[in-house]
Amino acid sequence: MSRKTLRFRPCGNFKVRYREELAVFETDFGRLWAAAGLAALFVLVPWAATPYLLYVVNLIGISAIAALGLNILVGYTGLISLGHGAFFGVGAYSAGILAVTYDVPFLAVIPLAGLMTAVVGMVFGIPSGRLKGLYLTIATLAGQFIIEYILVHWESVTGGTMGMTLPAPTLFGVPVTGDVSFFYLIYTAVVVMVFIAVNLMRTRYGRAFVAIRDNDRAAEGMGIPIFPYKLLSFAVSSFYAGVAGGLWAYYMISISAEPFNLGLSVEYIAMVIIGGLGSISGAIFGTVFITLLNEGLRWVTDTIMNMGGVAGVELTLAPLREFVFGLAIVLFILFEPRGLAEIWRIVRSSFRLWPFSY
Amino acid sequence: MDFFLQLLINGLSIGFLYGLSAMGFVMIFKSSSVLNFAHGEILAFGAFLFLALATWAQLPIALAFVVTLAGAFVLGFVIERIFLRPLIGEPLIQVIMLTVGLASMFKGGMLLVWGGNLYTYPEFLPEGLGVNWGVIQVPPVYVAAVIIGSLFLLLFGLFFKFSSQGIYMRSVADNQPAALSLGVHVRRVFALSWAIAAVVAGISGIVLGIINGINVHELSSIGLKVFPVVILGGLDSISGAIIGGLIIGLLETFTGGYLSPSLRDIVPYITLVFILLIKPYGLFGLVEIERV
Repeated sequence: MSRKTLRFRPCGNFKVRYREELAVFETDFGRLWAAAGLAALFVLVPWAATPYLLYVVNLIGISAIAALGLNILVGYTGLISLGHGAFFGVGAYSAGILAVTYDVPFLAVIPLAGLMTAVVGMVFGIPSGRLKGLYLTIATLAGQFIIEYILVHWESVTGGTMGMTLPAPTLFGVPVTGDVSFFYLIYTAVVVMVFIAVNLMRTRYGRAFVAIRDNDRAAEGMGIPIFPYKLLSFAVSSFYAGVAGGLWAYYMISISAEPFNLGLSVEYIAMVIIGGLGSISGAIFGTVFITLLNEGLRWVTDTIMNMGGVAGVELTLAPLREFVFGLAIVLFILFEPRGLAEIWRIVRSSFRLWPFSY
Repeated sequence: MDFFLQLLINGLSIGFLYGLSAMGFVMIFKSSSVLNFAHGEILAFGAFLFLALATWAQLPIALAFVVTLAGAFVLGFVIERIFLRPLIGEPLIQVIMLTVGLASMFKGGMLLVWGGNLYTYPEFLPEGLGVNWGVIQVPPVYVAAVIIGSLFLLLFGLFFKFSSQGIYMRSVADNQPAALSLGVHVRRVFALSWAIAAVVAGISGIVLGIINGINVHELSSIGLKVFPVVILGGLDSISGAIIGGLIIGLLETFTGGYLSPSLRDIVPYITLVFILLIKPYGLFGLVEIERV
């Protein structure tokens, strides 16, 4: 369908073709905003941000990729994974092993790390063939512990408790170092992964995922083979975790098995719940929220510690963080189960419908 | 041979405790089909409440025990009332995520109050409780654990068999719409099953605390070890929970004793994956058949 003029406002739902229904941007307004936002992100942020801020922004980018993957599994396919943190770790270690032991170039390492993680994820996804969501949750919980154990104890490959140290990535012969170059690297990956996710959800595969989530029996009745699609969803989700893990490993330079614990998995779950299940933008909102919350809490505990503690109260970061994350998950489930994406939608539509927004 | 017997006894006692912890979990799952990821935290809460009452408030042990159980009962009731009741009828994902959130919240809260240190209860078990038959030596704590555990197992067995509330609970577990149409107050049953499950968790927390010392991380990890136990026994079978607990306990101690101590903690989860692949509804679980 060719149009001469830009369309800024939909004047009602008059779609006559599936193409229009499937369009990513309903109006050109959204398209322009997305382009402007991307331009601002790539030009303004590295120019305006302080090194610390840039570091936080980079962490958000990496976590956003992983959270996006988890949202494909949880939000779109309706399977809960409690092992996403471990899969992220598998990605990081795969990248480490490929880069250090086998000397694979950076551009190949990241997708390969994703693929290796996808294979590992599929192993733990196999129980989903016979069982429904709840059992898969338990299987991924087991996966979390087993992977953690392997990362620490398979010393000849993973370096055990010593961990691994990665070389600086080189892109076309130019070494990438420093936060600014990593910013471009990470956010290019984010854009690519978001592009893939958005478009995956518009294909038959994405629609099959949603059908399985909404009613698996009906989906099977309509001829969707449940098991291959569940496994595929698991593989895609793990692939995202692996890519994010690989980037993280390069960004952090040295990796050890410690961060990839159950707490990290819960953190990712918090991201998708708070951001909004089954929404691409939700995964990103959730990541921003959780990462900022993380840094905010760090700031609060540091300030209180510097003030000499309030009446001998010793405030440590880890338990406080755990408490606040749990509280945030619980509050969002009780009061806004569709997450920040829904709040954003409400705010937006109340602007659009003003003065009749009720 | 001595080593083998000692491992056997340790395994059985630990397994019995796993089974006891899993019992409360199964109770909640049976009546309201909620997978409670916060079970370990409720268990730890019981242990810490008992610690606070016994050492800080200096209550007599028996009184502290009773008050702890009452506290756990109230906690279970309140959790159901505030957090789970609004989610009745919501998708399963939300409910499971909520318990994950609750677990993280309780764990963080307890770490803020008590920190990650290891505490111990004051000595209160009589010395003569230990069993010493030549090669077989059972420390008093294990004997106490088995006695307390069996006592409550018997009590709950009688409760489910004869009391009207127990019969209501079984009816809801069996068929919720039918129970509802026959006038059973299903919401009260949910609340009660959470409360009773919390009491059971509290008891297991105290007993585990006597044996291993009280530490937030250790005790709340028991809540995750419950999963291999209940999957092995069958998610909706209370006797299966006990038997599953015994098997997992034995497996753990024998792996720790003969293979490698570091493998000990991971063996239940490896078993879990294999059970899910081979016999997903466990030894005594109800097999759901679903065909399209």
